[in-house]
Amino acid sequence: MATIVIDALVARFRDPVKGDGVTGASVGAGGDDTAFVTRERLLEVCQFLRDDPGMQFNMAPYITAVDYLGQEPRFEVVYNLLSTTRNWRVRLRVKVSEQDAVLPSVCGLWRGANWFERYCFDMYGISFTGHPDLRRLYMYDEFVGHPLRKDYPLRGRQPLVTELEVPEEQFRGPGPARRSE
Amino acid sequence: MSTELDAIPSIIPTRRDDAIGALEKMVSQGLGWARKYSLFQYPFVTACCGMEYMTLASARYDLDRFGAALPRFSPRQADLLMVVGTVNCKQAPILRRVWESISEPKWVMAFGVCASSGGFYDNYATVQGIDRIIPVDVYVPGCPPRPEQVLDGIMMLQAKIQGQHHQLTEGKPLPVLGQAPRQR
Repeated sequence: MATIVIDALVARFRDPVKGDGVTGASVGAGGDDTAFVTRERLLEVCQFLRDDPGMQFNMAPYITAVDYLGQEPRFEVVYNLLSTTRNWRVRLRVKVSEQDAVLPSVCGLWRGANWFERYCFDMYGISFTGHPDLRRLYMYDEFVGHPLRKDYPLRGRQPLVTELEVPEEQFRGPGPARRSE
Repeated sequence: MSTELDAIPSIIPTRRDDAIGALEKMVSQGLGWARKYSLFQYPFVTACCGMEYMTLASARYDLDRFGAALPRFSPRQADLLMVVGTVNCKQAPILRRVWESISEPKWVMAFGVCASSGGFYDNYATVQGIDRIIPVDVYVPGCPPRPEQVLDGIMMLQAKIQGQHHQLTEGKPLPVLGQAPRQR
């Protein structure tokens, strides 16, 4: 079904001179069709998927990121796209390195991507060029760091108000209790 | 060298003091009785415990039987702050401010395990119990607590209120707008 999409992507973005736009692809059941896209041609791929009359991926239901700590490139941003006219789903995966964690924003293509990109910025520290309002989404502005990165401590709480003393500290399992430890 | 003067207590209760003390105790008990049966609550509902709170406040479990029927959505009109649900670090200043807005006398109930101790949200975002932010009178455990548990908590709070010391006035004159408070 959506093999059409994967085949079209691989065929269209094959470029022996500059390198392929789609470096790998796999077909899976139930919306598991995946294409690995390079950062440079991400906007082109998205534009094609949205505007091509055979595709019409007019919705980006979810955009998130993954932290593969210890691998290079470290991050991967995952775009889940949906074509409401054809009932197709496709997933684009883009690898980003830690030193240069910048991607082009797809807010111009799907307005709903706005908060997802803010989420990725908040939780993983990946910034998006061309985003209209790139602020933190969930955490407060005083928060330091990005909590869903694998090297952020599990209990790295940064309280906004001074906390009262609690009589006895309970044992809550292994791991540091505060960020400073 | 000890004299017999040392054995005399510094404040000798007279019959007048006794009488005033007994009267104050009566007033305190009466006020406690009145206050424990007219708890106006401010539900600070942040999470799924709110569903249980709705059950509690509606007809089947009927919080009105305990005089705590009317939720006030202004902290100025409330005297029982019910923190219902998870409080995260971003919300802690809001909770503190709501608690400061409630006028005395005021009591706080931690409704559910998240408000009591953070629950299983032992992560970067959640306050590990609202007693790190504001003082708490009654903790109700459970995820979410059964309505009976909350009713039990309300009854324990009522017993606590009855045992506390109440007085009619603080002995301070009311402030007049635009004037410095008078010294008595």
